[in-house]
Amino acid sequence: MRMTQGTFSFLPDLTDEQIGRQIQYCLDNGWAVNLEYTDDPHPRNTYWEMWGQPMFDIADAAGIMMELQSCRKAYGDRYIRLSAFDSTHGWESVKLSFIVNRPKEEPGFRLRRQEGNGRNMRYTTEPYADARPEGERYAV
Amino acid sequence: MDTGSQTVTGKERYKSGVMEYKKMGYWEPDYQPKETDVIACFRITPQDGVDPIEAAAAVAGESSTATWTVVWTDRLTAAEKYRAKAYRVDKVPNTTDQYFAYIAYDLDLFEPGSIANLTASIIGNVFGFKPLKGLRLEDMRLPTAYVKTFQGPATGIVVERERLDKFGRPLLGATVKPKLGLSGRNYGRVVYEALKGGLDFTKDDENINSQPFMDWRERFLYCMEAVNKAQAATGEIKGTYLNVTAATMEDMYERAEFAAELGSNIVMIDLVIGWTAMQSMAKWARKKNMILHLHRAGHSTYTRQKTHGVSFRVIAKWARLAGVDHIHAGTVVGKLEGDPATTRGYYDICRNEFTEQRLENGIFFDQPWASLNKMMPVASGGIHAGQMHQLIDLLAEDVVLQFGGGTIGHPMGIAAGATANRVALECMILARNEGRDIVREGPDILNEAAKTCSPLKAALDTWKDVTFNYTSTDSPDYAVTATAA
Repeated sequence: MRMTQGTFSFLPDLTDEQIGRQIQYCLDNGWAVNLEYTDDPHPRNTYWEMWGQPMFDIADAAGIMMELQSCRKAYGDRYIRLSAFDSTHGWESVKLSFIVNRPKEEPGFRLRRQEGNGRNMRYTTEPYADARPEGERYAV
Repeated sequence: MDTGSQTVTGKERYKSGVMEYKKMGYWEPDYQPKETDVIACFRITPQDGVDPIEAAAAVAGESSTATWTVVWTDRLTAAEKYRAKAYRVDKVPNTTDQYFAYIAYDLDLFEPGSIANLTASIIGNVFGFKPLKGLRLEDMRLPTAYVKTFQGPATGIVVERERLDKFGRPLLGATVKPKLGLSGRNYGRVVYEALKGGLDFTKDDENINSQPFMDWRERFLYCMEAVNKAQAATGEIKGTYLNVTAATMEDMYERAEFAAELGSNIVMIDLVIGWTAMQSMAKWARKKNMILHLHRAGHSTYTRQKTHGVSFRVIAKWARLAGVDHIHAGTVVGKLEGDPATTRGYYDICRNEFTEQRLENGIFFDQPWASLNKMMPVASGGIHAGQMHQLIDLLAEDVVLQFGGGTIGHPMGIAAGATANRVALECMILARNEGRDIVREGPDILNEAAKTCSPLKAALDTWKDVTFNYTSTDSPDYAVTATAA
């Protein structure tokens, strides 16, 4: 399966050139670009690991692309997402967020059901990959 | 017409009998509205032979302290403060018998945080007043001091996006069709297919409550099965607006509590439940971390005709104060009423930090929002993937685009319909961010994306020529920026 979090997950994987243009769009808007990685793609896993701090002071897309390459070198077996923060009053949150690296195989998620009274159901979503410890979940 | 002040003062003012409203202190052309005043702009159409100034004063009187005759008990109060004051009357451009009347109301006339109280005055008895052929509330300026007495949207656009983990693009939804007749089991099928295929939300229609063909509990249980299953199939947060509209508040709370218990992230209400019920549900939604969707069912009965009723821009302002998170606000290009400039005005009211006066969009006043949450506008009704470039250009990215027929009516099935919409959306956002001129290049961008997405190709082929080009009944009266005091 293809996990579809992030803004461009329904398109073919973006090329580095396309990623660079999206980064430029973020920089032109004055947003701080941030890289995060994880091997726990649960949809409620909010806090992916940060690849350093948001790049408040990098002014060109090429610099950020270099960081992305380093991140891929270290964590190419995991999900990496690029997000952009807008610090403007009234927003002060993420403005754009998309996946820039995926594991080769994405086994997907198991839906567990716990039957309750009156057909009431408790649902739990579990990534198949998280049966293994962090760092050993996806083939390199 | 004589436009100067004609207010009678002293003993003469309180002589028993009938006195013209403009003489009773409801027409004060020299009045400077205070920063804390509520201001209303009405379109008045006086009966033949009725002086527009007197008509404006009558509206001010009947929507505040006046009755048809002089009463001495006014003298027991600070009557000058409580009288609403018409202070300006302008002829409506390109009409012969219509006037814009600006009326200022002292803040003490209104109970804090109550839309019911505000509306009981402003659109109360006055709308049936005989000397007027028609009366329309065009816009209101709600002062910061008053705005701050309201909760505002339970969740707001930013937090909604954080909860859903979806940024930088419009959200996608669809209303389940047919809107009436599906059993709970069949209904959930549509929800599952649409969400799995790529939509973020599905939605109950306004008149799906609890009918013989489907009890509300059946719908909720099957819908939540579908939501959770689609979430696992995609790894993405999904939701379905469960309509909790019902006969009584007790019933609505019962349904909403059940939705919360089942883990739904959003519930829905219809405008017809009334302002008090909406405010109650907004408080409930805030307490329960629930997104609150409002379907504007019924609004066209009073918003659509220009000479009588209430403009939708006022309804949108009240809804933002009342505290809903989503509001249907028009599509421009779809099947329902809405000219581009007027619709832009509604969207500004929903999403701005501060809405500037823009007469060409029908916005008569600067409106501060005082950090009240933002409301997500929803575009629904006769839109399809082939219009994606126009929709993003007109409505921007903080909007829910709802493709009901455009998803469920897809020739390859519901999931394919959803995929077509999602791919169309993402390729257009990608292109917009790259700086491409999406209005001009939109069809090319879609065709290019359709080369690797057969559902999008099928959608474009099926609906390529569908448009709804009718003249709007409700369009702005001012073509260019003018200055209103």
